[in-house]
Amino acid sequence: MANHIHAAPAPVGGRLFNATTFVAGVLIAIMATILLVRFIFGLGAVTNLNNGYPWGMWVVVDVVIGSAFACGGFSVAMLVYIFNRGEYHPLVRPALLASLFGYTLAGVGVIFDLGRWWNVWNMFWPGSVNLNSVMFEVAICITAYIIVMWIEFSPTFLEQMGRNDTKRKLSRVMFFVIALGVVLPMMHQSSLGTLLVVMGVQIHPLWKTPLEPLLYLLTAITMGYAVVLFESCVASSAYRRKIETHLLTPLSKIMLGFLAAYVVARLGDLVVRGALGSAFAASLEAFMFWLETACFLAPFILIGREADRRNPARLFLAGIVLMLGGALLRINGFLIGYETGDGFHYFPSFPELMVTVGMFAIEVLGYIIITRRFPVLPREAAHS
Amino acid sequence: MANRRDFLRGVLAGGAALTAGVATEPACARETRARPDEALGLLYDATLCIGCKACVAACKEANGNPPVFSTQDHLWDTPLDTDGHTFNLIKMYRNGTMEAKDAEENGYSFMKVSCMHCADPSCVSACPVSAMTKDPVTGVVGYNPDNCIGCRYCVAACPFGIPKYQYDSPTGRIGKCELCRHRHKDGHYSACAEVCPTGATLFGRTEDLLAEAKRRLALKPGATTVYPRGRLRHAQEKVLQGQPDGKGAMRRHGWRDEPDQSYEGTVGNYVQHVYGEKEYGGTQVLKLSAVNFQKVGMPDLPPESAAALSETIQHTLYSNLLMPFAVLGVMTFAAKRNVKADEGEGGNDSERKEG
Repeated sequence: MANHIHAAPAPVGGRLFNATTFVAGVLIAIMATILLVRFIFGLGAVTNLNNGYPWGMWVVVDVVIGSAFACGGFSVAMLVYIFNRGEYHPLVRPALLASLFGYTLAGVGVIFDLGRWWNVWNMFWPGSVNLNSVMFEVAICITAYIIVMWIEFSPTFLEQMGRNDTKRKLSRVMFFVIALGVVLPMMHQSSLGTLLVVMGVQIHPLWKTPLEPLLYLLTAITMGYAVVLFESCVASSAYRRKIETHLLTPLSKIMLGFLAAYVVARLGDLVVRGALGSAFAASLEAFMFWLETACFLAPFILIGREADRRNPARLFLAGIVLMLGGALLRINGFLIGYETGDGFHYFPSFPELMVTVGMFAIEVLGYIIITRRFPVLPREAAHS
Repeated sequence: MANRRDFLRGVLAGGAALTAGVATEPACARETRARPDEALGLLYDATLCIGCKACVAACKEANGNPPVFSTQDHLWDTPLDTDGHTFNLIKMYRNGTMEAKDAEENGYSFMKVSCMHCADPSCVSACPVSAMTKDPVTGVVGYNPDNCIGCRYCVAACPFGIPKYQYDSPTGRIGKCELCRHRHKDGHYSACAEVCPTGATLFGRTEDLLAEAKRRLALKPGATTVYPRGRLRHAQEKVLQGQPDGKGAMRRHGWRDEPDQSYEGTVGNYVQHVYGEKEYGGTQVLKLSAVNFQKVGMPDLPPESAAALSETIQHTLYSNLLMPFAVLGVMTFAAKRNVKADEGEGGNDSERKEG
């Protein structure tokens, strides 16, 4: 670590009120209104959820996909602190910030979807918990990880508040907090896939495998790197900063390594289970499977060569395609490939969509406020 | 970075230990559970069902459920499927001219839709807060709204689509058949079986019901046989009947005394399969039909439960938290080496900042 000297993080500065933050504010207000209706009149009043599709947009997109998108902090921290690749250090804070928001909102978003939210304390009550439940493991781990991440990120606030004493004390145990911050996401990101196993025959053969935990973990890690590519490109463009190609180029190679491991596991599993045949049926499931697979294979074409990995546009595109692939794996498993019987259909309602949009707006707004006012992004050479 | 080799060796050793731990873990493999010995259940015989829906009305009354309307005039309780307020329903199979009852072609038939009370229920395995539980003695799968957080994982997990959430309420509950367990203490059994005029729905110990089902399958179609109604009496109950105090039978089994309601009827042309005997490890509600079970809406299920596989995976990964702690140990070891003492996460390198 000591071999790598980086510019220290510093607030970006600038006005907080602009067109982007205004739009985000309006979207958040719309979301708040919809949620008010939901809590007064029930889930049926604003969602298209039904007893054939009890989980919709809010669970699958806001929580399952949202938390996987928020794996940037975990993926980069693992690289820097576990595999000792200190050169990626400047990426840690911004990635962790995005993760912090993604996870905190996923945790809050769950409450919107819980039909009996006032009983949620049972999840933490020893007399109530069911240790056999995959959902229990997911809930405990995500809660713990949100707390761990706030501790991991707290030096940023402590620095700004001038509480250097507290910060120094905290830094002595930080190695353990960081270790927790790597183990906890491994646990719940894999378990998010295991959630599907108990649904048994209702899951289409293309997505029904005992290997579910491994597939979800590997994709969560690659999606973490993909989000860092995406977010670095967006941040440098929006804040007119220099793009960190010298970091993103080698990072994307590591991402491809994890991606290759995933593709081998995924296709190997389909062949071993003899499920690949159903990928050639004329069905929506088969079409979605190929769309998903194409997204996972496209990065090899986009950034397979070293020269292509130096091209920011290609890195950005590869990041987006991979995020889409991971999202499709989850949508396909939980919704497209989920068949509970005749007569049930699900497509999210407009209010449901607007709540998800509102959650995204909170993330963007929070990211802007914190990066402008707190030391997150590396100080720009041009400014100093 | 002379220490990198040591570090890698440490990580590899830890990884090898983990792999060994997982490989020697099949002790965690959880077999599909069987029904408890005194499991209670129902036997539904579609060949005896006349589609009168007395059981649907009785179920609503016994559970205090409001009517659900699907017609414009809102006159009668007309649910099209089970829902948060409808725990039991008779569905109809129809084909072609519908001339003959129990004929697959140009015929019609009925099927009861309600909780199967699985031996190894997916909903119980799925529920994070033990709101769905299986009674260790009777095997009844019960619901406790005071624990329920409304996550609807049970709704998603059940292969029969039985637990249903009440989306129309801000305090919606999960609704499902609990075999009228709230009436058991008064000696009453499942309302659907109590009111069934033909004995198409029969209440009893699942073991006895299974024997009765197999007895029917062994009979020649068209022959005459005796069909019990209401509650199927346990073979040994006869011994205790007619004791001087007249209460012997009640003490023996706990159910209200009823006159024998059995009658003679014609044997149906059964599909030679007791649905629920083996499906997902067996269910406590069993079904007989003359029409293919998949055609009347029952899913084709393997003998192994999904709960067993799900819990095997979970307990292999999390047995006594050995794996997580081992991984945490390796990660702490690695992080301890790589995180500088005075460096916060989010990595402030301020001590070394340029310029």
